[in-house]
Amino acid sequence: MILQILFIIIAVVTLVSAIFVVTAHKLMHAALWLVLALFGVAVLFAFLEASFFAVVQVLVYIGAIAILVIFAVMLTRRVMDDSGPQLIKGWWVALVGVGALFVGLLAALGTWVGFQAGPGPSPDPALLTQLGSDLVDPTKYAIPFEVASILLLAALVGAIYIAADKKGGKE
Amino acid sequence: MLSDWMYIGIFMLLSVFLPAVAIVIAGILGPKKPSPIKNSTYECGIETVGETWVQFKAQYYVYALVFLVFDVETIFLYPWALAYNQQTFFMVTEAILFILILLGGLIYAIRKGVLEWQ
Amino acid sequence: MPNFWSDPFGFLIQWFNNLLLGWGLPGGTVQFIAYVVGAFILVAGSLFFCLLLIWAERKIGGRVQDRLGPNRVGPFGLVQAVADMLKIFTKEFVTPDGVDKVVYNLAPIMSVAAVILLWAVIPFTITFYGNDLNVGVLYLVAVGGLADLSIVMAGWSSNNKFALLGAFRAVAQLISYEVPLVISLLLPVMLSGSMKLNEIVRAQDVPFIVTAPIAAAIFFISSIAENGRAPFDLMEAESEIVAGFNVEYSGLKFGFFFVGDFLHAFTIAMLFSVLFLGGWRGPGADQIPILGFVYMMIKTSIMYFLGLLVRFSLPRFRIDQMMNINWKMLTPIALGAVMATAFVDKATANVLATTTPVLGVILRTLILLVTNGMVLWVASDLMGSVLTRKERRVVALEARPVARPEPPAAPIEPTEGEVS
Repeated sequence: MILQILFIIIAVVTLVSAIFVVTAHKLMHAALWLVLALFGVAVLFAFLEASFFAVVQVLVYIGAIAILVIFAVMLTRRVMDDSGPQLIKGWWVALVGVGALFVGLLAALGTWVGFQAGPGPSPDPALLTQLGSDLVDPTKYAIPFEVASILLLAALVGAIYIAADKKGGKE
Repeated sequence: MLSDWMYIGIFMLLSVFLPAVAIVIAGILGPKKPSPIKNSTYECGIETVGETWVQFKAQYYVYALVFLVFDVETIFLYPWALAYNQQTFFMVTEAILFILILLGGLIYAIRKGVLEWQ
Repeated sequence: MPNFWSDPFGFLIQWFNNLLLGWGLPGGTVQFIAYVVGAFILVAGSLFFCLLLIWAERKIGGRVQDRLGPNRVGPFGLVQAVADMLKIFTKEFVTPDGVDKVVYNLAPIMSVAAVILLWAVIPFTITFYGNDLNVGVLYLVAVGGLADLSIVMAGWSSNNKFALLGAFRAVAQLISYEVPLVISLLLPVMLSGSMKLNEIVRAQDVPFIVTAPIAAAIFFISSIAENGRAPFDLMEAESEIVAGFNVEYSGLKFGFFFVGDFLHAFTIAMLFSVLFLGGWRGPGADQIPILGFVYMMIKTSIMYFLGLLVRFSLPRFRIDQMMNINWKMLTPIALGAVMATAFVDKATANVLATTTPVLGVILRTLILLVTNGMVLWVASDLMGSVLTRKERRVVALEARPVARPEPPAAPIEPTEGEVS
């Protein structure tokens, strides 16, 4: 019961801050609401007792990506300005469409009999160690692991190329 | 384990609540005499000139990007480090290959000179 | 029921639990109330402990700089910090125009909260700790990352170009130094096989500072840089951008940034002693938990004193020197240490398993020490050549003035307005 109430509170906070991300007047406020939404997701992970993902969510999303978003926001020149209300004219059409999608998803999930209302059994802490072993196991996920490193290398090189280009352009 | 996170949640609430209480107390205790000069923005003791925006160097963005890449790399490495004691030599070599690829990326960044502070 | 003299914390916790159960409350509520009281004690305790830390820092700093430090208020100046706190509490909150009220007020609170939250997972004795989180080590880094967000909030909401500029430089420094910090923390996790801090302490038959000295050194340096203390204190350098991102804060809000700073320094010392020096381990700490607390405090004090010595002796780094040190020295060395330790430890694991346990531990320690030494030697070789070569090349390419054969064009006339 208590868990149910807490879950509803956290979910409402996450959704409301997500709405505010889109409708905030100042760009910086939108970035900060985004931080709150990401934090809400981390708390939801903690509710599911997926400790590793909760901590990684805070570490990577809030610690790195939110900072990146804030820096990107700062790169726009008129960051201090009030951009005015952000709703376009036909926003209620989008609302109807999204509402229909939501109802459809609920109906589709209603036919699934796999889940329950309360939190499930606690995951075994040894699962994380198992994940670590599986990541480098040749029969399991070793190839995706190495491909991930090459993907990260590609991202790094791309970022360096763009940044060096920009710096060359500025000089 | 949920009780663990419950404790962290309580801790978080308290660690925000107690300093907030202290600030509120200080707000009550302190004098409140706002004046136009006190409330103006600080700029080495002279009046502010121009609107408040700053020349934002792209350098900051590069640092944030490289930090992001290495952060994600370390996230991949933590479960591996956790399971280190149960692994074979081949598995360890694979992880070393992972680190070497990203070390190569770092050396490329250093040689390109994007990590210098201009 | 643990004995009071050997385990006062455990005794008090048990007594409190029994008291609440005796009042007829259900088990879940008892646990909840126990959590609230425990968390409250830790949070309030750490904030009040900060007063002692401020005094200790000023006194030791004074002695290092050949002066006395506070000695007027109370015996040995112990009450000085309390007097300072009283003064700060009654200062006016000068809020400039145009600040964003919510963000402006939230920033100092978040800055302090990010430091206090670290205390939730630190094991003080074998029985007394906040809670042994399954992912304790990553939790430490994640919460540390919240601090730079609070600096951005402070800098941006102050509606002041200098605060914003100072905030950006501070955040650039903080996120850069988080990389070697996270990488160096891989080594205790690897050597102990768990991310729980209590498990790491338990696994330190040989303290990790001996088997992973490079990781310990990199953790120490990166933590000092994360904290923003000298020699990395560009964030609060008064000669630079006039006190940086917190220039528009006054009174207790500014005080909270300061409190966060000082508390973080002590927390770094505690984390170092937990992760690398063996925390509460020592002779007899298993049977008598209070001895574990004493050992932990001794080790923490030694590391805190070292941190203070570093702060008061070394001059400040320039920002480009700081970034060079981080990306060209610390990160590659950290990665190299992880790779070398992983490789050597696994390669010799089979050989060491055949020897006796004690000899195995000693040999493993020696082998890891030698590995670290080799990594350091190779790295210093490479780094030295890379760093100096770069500088030399820059100087050689600069255009140098060449002697002109003809005399200079015309003598320079003084302008109209100048007095000749």
